Amino acid sequence: MTAEDLDEESASWLRRLGAAEGKRLAAERELHATLVRIALAEVRRRSASTPVTGRELDDVAHQAADDAMVAILAKLGDFRGESRFITWAYRFVILEVSSKLGRHYWRNPPVALDAGQWERLPDRLGIDPARHAETAGLLAEVRRVIEEELTAHQRRIFTAIVVDGIPLDALAEKLGLQRGAIYKVTFDARRKIRRALVANGYLEETGLERQ
Amino acid sequence: MSDLERLDRFLHTDPRDVGCDEAMAVLHIYVDLMAAGEDAAGRYPGVAAHLAACGPCDENFTGLLQAVTGG
Repeated sequence: MTAEDLDEESASWLRRLGAAEGKRLAAERELHATLVRIALAEVRRRSASTPVTGRELDDVAHQAADDAMVAILAKLGDFRGESRFITWAYRFVILEVSSKLGRHYWRNPPVALDAGQWERLPDRLGIDPARHAETAGLLAEVRRVIEEELTAHQRRIFTAIVVDGIPLDALAEKLGLQRGAIYKVTFDARRKIRRALVANGYLEETGLERQ
Repeated sequence: MSDLERLDRFLHTDPRDVGCDEAMAVLHIYVDLMAAGEDAAGRYPGVAAHLAACGPCDENFTGLLQAVTGG
């Protein structure tokens, strides 16, 4: 990538962030102020789904902007111009907000790890409470597959995410795993449960699943 | 939608799903395409499949899209 390949705004950011001290510091201050603004908007957008409130929420935003700023400056050489520079930079702050709010979940968690709130399974799966009697066999089969056919690791993670409703980022933080690793476990568990339900005649196989 | 269909949809996994790490690695590109009105899902079907299935990554997508569009 050369500066000519970039849009004007992205080229300007890179030029100023790579300039001599005075210009560079001014650009860094401007970028940081922008990151703070985006982080504040993002924590407010997510405020309904986090126990963090008020001034503490603003603190999370400022910490996210600070950490994003450090990461952006360290990885400036990795920017390949596949998007606008500012979109690339905003990605860091959005991911920081997501990760930091996940960490805060455990200070006052509505449910403990390994709680296993099986009575909430129908609700989690979107099954109408008024029809529990009709779906009792299906739910029993889902639970049997979870308990007997998933590995211990799959069962623990699937139960935490799906049965107990623990946010994926919060569980990743608690177990010291990457979000992608947690997602992959739930992906494999969903596929395994579905295959068992198909094998036992509860669900039909579909074209996409056969691929 | 019946309970069975709802459960089936929940358990359904899309083999094109690229997972969290790969989707988040190109999120900025995907969002810029969306913001420009281009066919981001057509260019990155595996990312689109992932965002449809992963709530937290879809939250990040929504946040980044709002950040760049001011919406």
